Amino acid sequence: MCQPIKKYLTASLPNAHPLHTYGSVRKRVKCSFIYTYIHIGSESTIKIKMQFMLLFSRQGKLRLQKWYVPLSDKERKKISRDLVQTILARKPKMCSFLEWRDLKIVYKRYASLYFCCAVEDQDNELITLEIIHRYVELLDKYFGSVCELDIIFNFEKAYFILDEFLLGGEAQETSKKNVLKAIEQADLLQEEAEAPRSVLEEIGLT
Amino acid sequence: SRAGFTGPENLSRVNLVLVKHYSQTLYTLYIRSVYHNLSKEAEIKRINKELANIRSKFKGDKALDGYSKKKYVCKLLFIFLLGHDIDFGHMEAVNLLSSNKYTEKQIGYLFISVLVNSNSELIRLINNAIKNDLSSRNPTFMCLALHCIANVGSREMAEAFAGEIPRILVAGDTMDSVKQSAALCLLRLYKASPDLVLMGEWTSRVVHLLNDQHMGVVTAAISLITCLSSKNPDEFKTCVSLAVSRLSRIVSSASTDLQDYTYYFVPAPWLSCKLLRLLQCYPPPEDGAVKGRLVECLETILNKAQEPPKSKKVQHSNAKNAILFEAISLIIHYDSEPNLLVRACNQLGQFLQHRETNLRYLALESMCTLASSEFSHEAVKTHIETVINALKTERDVSVRQRAADLLYAMCDRSNAKQIVAEMLSYLETADYSIREEMVLKVAILAEKYAVDYSWYVDTILNLIRIAGDYVSEEVWYRVIQIVINRDDVQGYAAKTVFEALQAPACHENMVKVGGYILGEFGNLIAGDPRSSPLVQFNLLHSKFHLCSVPTRALLLSAYIKFINLFPETKATIQEVLRSDSQIRNSDVELQQRAVEYLKLSSIASTDVLATVLEEMPPFPERESSILAKLKKKKGPGAVSVELEDGKERGELNGGADRGGEAAIAASNSTPSPSSDLLGLRSAAPVGGPAPSAGSLLVDVFSEAGSAPPSAASEDPAPPLFVCKNNGVLFENQLLQIGIKSEYRQNLGRMYLFYGNKTSVQFVSFTTTVSCPGELQSHILKCIPSLTHTKPVEPLVEGGAQVQQVINIECLTDFVDAPLLNIKFRYGGALQNITLKLPVTINKFFQPTEMAAADFFQRWKQLSQPQQEAQKIFKASHGMDTEVLKAKLLGLGTALLENVDPNPENYVCAGVIQTKIQQVGCLLRLEPNAQAQVAPPPPPTHTHTHTHLCAHALDSHTASVCPSLCGSHCITHCTHLHVITRYCIYVKDPHRVGSSKSH
Repeated sequence: MCQPIKKYLTASLPNAHPLHTYGSVRKRVKCSFIYTYIHIGSESTIKIKMQFMLLFSRQGKLRLQKWYVPLSDKERKKISRDLVQTILARKPKMCSFLEWRDLKIVYKRYASLYFCCAVEDQDNELITLEIIHRYVELLDKYFGSVCELDIIFNFEKAYFILDEFLLGGEAQETSKKNVLKAIEQADLLQEEAEAPRSVLEEIGLT
Repeated sequence: SRAGFTGPENLSRVNLVLVKHYSQTLYTLYIRSVYHNLSKEAEIKRINKELANIRSKFKGDKALDGYSKKKYVCKLLFIFLLGHDIDFGHMEAVNLLSSNKYTEKQIGYLFISVLVNSNSELIRLINNAIKNDLSSRNPTFMCLALHCIANVGSREMAEAFAGEIPRILVAGDTMDSVKQSAALCLLRLYKASPDLVLMGEWTSRVVHLLNDQHMGVVTAAISLITCLSSKNPDEFKTCVSLAVSRLSRIVSSASTDLQDYTYYFVPAPWLSCKLLRLLQCYPPPEDGAVKGRLVECLETILNKAQEPPKSKKVQHSNAKNAILFEAISLIIHYDSEPNLLVRACNQLGQFLQHRETNLRYLALESMCTLASSEFSHEAVKTHIETVINALKTERDVSVRQRAADLLYAMCDRSNAKQIVAEMLSYLETADYSIREEMVLKVAILAEKYAVDYSWYVDTILNLIRIAGDYVSEEVWYRVIQIVINRDDVQGYAAKTVFEALQAPACHENMVKVGGYILGEFGNLIAGDPRSSPLVQFNLLHSKFHLCSVPTRALLLSAYIKFINLFPETKATIQEVLRSDSQIRNSDVELQQRAVEYLKLSSIASTDVLATVLEEMPPFPERESSILAKLKKKKGPGAVSVELEDGKERGELNGGADRGGEAAIAASNSTPSPSSDLLGLRSAAPVGGPAPSAGSLLVDVFSEAGSAPPSAASEDPAPPLFVCKNNGVLFENQLLQIGIKSEYRQNLGRMYLFYGNKTSVQFVSFTTTVSCPGELQSHILKCIPSLTHTKPVEPLVEGGAQVQQVINIECLTDFVDAPLLNIKFRYGGALQNITLKLPVTINKFFQPTEMAAADFFQRWKQLSQPQQEAQKIFKASHGMDTEVLKAKLLGLGTALLENVDPNPENYVCAGVIQTKIQQVGCLLRLEPNAQAQVAPPPPPTHTHTHTHLCAHALDSHTASVCPSLCGSHCITHCTHLHVITRYCIYVKDPHRVGSSKSH
């Protein structure tokens, strides 16, 4: 759980599935993005690129969820549950894409986390895979050497970084520098008001 | 201090570190949630305690300061993210939005983004806070607010901000980061509520964002532009040349030129992909220079794929190939550059054997679309061995699925036998999840490319043998239909099923096919003593007891047909029918068949038997319902193979139905159009719900299958058209559909005019008419009369209008109007429209004039309760005699003047003409003088009539009537009172349905 995800980023492994190299003791991070159709009236379908993105652990615990389409809580839960099960059942060497319901799932495992995105059927799978990677890079750069616990206990930062990078399911800013600059600026604002602490850290002090 | 987190010893180490930083409470919770050896109950208990604590803080007398509010809101979020439900704290989060402290505001927005759906009371408050932040001119606050809108994206937000955000987006002094957020925020609002986001004066300024110096702004804006272009290509078409020049600059840049927008030595991969995607909204550029530049870009991208990689990292090759695949998509979309298409195909061919599973998957997928282009179809075919190998050896089912799809797409006459054989052998080991689809595909290919039909029959029987459980009704109906329609294959089919049935365990679907085919064509193999009539019968009957009721019912029909085919089996079969297990079967349907068949065989003369049990006439030819089913399964775009031979098309669904009908009652010995009756039912591609027990025998055959419910439409038949025949049926931004129709007796003809309102052509324009819903409605028949395959030209030029004629025959009463489905591609986006055709039962009214005495005499005769229907309607409009009269006339009835002694009342008479019967209807409308009286809305009448007829014909339907009409009638409110009485004249006493009519 504390395995730095960065190791996987920097290691130049042939197949980008570092699990094997590091042995089964290491855990990975998963994340997903999903895109769907929204039906408006009877006449038009507007495609939403990314429908949602999920980050879940190897134990199937959701660590972060981001929904880009309006769905009820019940639907969200059902989708996450089904999808997590589907992906966890897949073997490591399998391809990173799968068709699931009307969606195409693009996922990749980093340490103990799976990153998984659902995109619309026509969408570009490889570029989505690199969206995941760029997000992991951003987290890694921001947290130093990111691990699952960072995301659990600094979930708000993980969300803020994601919002700077992807908005409404579309890439907003792909430059690592610019995204981090925005986050750092926000941190500065925070600093003006108070000492920079994780929100949960503050809770801990109560 | 951070190490691999593997067990208790590590846990304690991590714990020490964490305790310093994080809340002990939450950390414990978290650890418990991770380690399942602590009970779930304990965790929930702990969480509930925490929630109770927070709740009490929120409800306490002391007002919480911003800091505490933030803290507790944050705790709630944390608990939510651990997977627990949160149902309070929203108000506190909203309060945080108006805080001046950035962190408090930020947590407030986060809570709302994660937890607020569209709670309308809160949205107003949230909108207020957002409004303040948007006008704060503080870019950080503005971005927070924009992110919130983009995350929630509700209609209320669109109403509040759809006007403001475009201004922010194009304002000269807006910071780049705010522009980026504004662009994507607007996109989200447009997707959620396109009607609220008005383009117009800012269109060209948005398009020019493509030229922005800041790559991030371009990246964000292009998503918005792509979405808007796909909906309004004309207004945004200037983006094409801008996109091409931007793309060209990126593609030709050195890998370091774009600095931080270079990703693993690939310049701006996301932007490149988005640019290529935007271009797919448009046809190839008309301007030669622009087109030349674009082709150059595409060639450069293809060239780069051949260059040695600049990095060994998978990110490098992924980014590079992402652009390559997007470029190939564009090449396929243009489908006009044979050179590029073939190059693309060769490139994909290399990927087919790449060591990366991901690339193999994508190459198979992409090649599937290449296979449908005439320029590259042959090139794709050269990879057949690789693809077959992939089907056999890939370890990942999703890759195998792609391989199967590609084989399907590349199949043509030259390789059909090989591909079908490979797919069949794969089917034996295929994953359960894809078997049904595989079966459909094999069935379609076998039919489409059958050179000799014995091969086709063999293939389908093999299918049933290998994957019987996955063979849907459509497939076995289809094989029966084809066998019946082609006499050259009947003998072979009979012989083959006879042999297949010899297997000790054969699938029930095989028994069904066997029963049907031997019942029809058993005589063709009866000469051989090894398959003498009795042997055939005994073989079938040996399966009988293992079968389900519908199959047994089918077998009984086969038996009675045997009696006709082979008089020598009569005694044996009668013996079987007479046995208690048949004639006293607890299943009503089986018992009824046994009784009736036994009686029929005992009393009818040979001639009558021969007439009643005559061989089935050929099926009408229409689109394969297997194909329809596959389309339904896979979505419209996925089925690239179209059946091209109209003559091979037939309708399947009627297959089994006709068996039943023929067996009991088809007494029209002429090759009469009566065969249409059931053929028609096939016009609805898949069966509706199971018919109620005791309805006509024919119904039982269409048992509730695996068929999905038809994707029936949303809106009822436009009320407008109940009383009139011409007008505009449908109109949106792209398409207008006008309608002209005329009816005579039970026949009608409808002219549909499809007008393309844009200046861009519609591609792959297809229309299909189907009859949805329950059995009763299937009897309405609609045959597009132009051609079977392409009722309209597949291309509709910009501004052009095409016409389609539909002939309609009303066979008997019906409830649901037929559906018209229109599909076409407009600028690359598939449009799919389903409409109800305005065909209602009253269209087949023939007015009848009669005198008062006559009317009342008939009125009194029709006094049975089941011959009357009353509806009381609430008046919906002001009362106007002339309007009311016009509406009643528009219904198609004759308005009888001076008949009713009460001049306030309206009296009408008419006969509904259907093919098998006429329904005389007398109608009296009694406005209630005390209430504000107004004519009932016309649809109500229609429903009344519809149900009346249905009622008369079939008591089962009658029970449905009240619920269907319920929404229209308000019983407590006596404003309008309609009484209709009716009688039914059956034209043909031999018809199956006749016995049920009055």
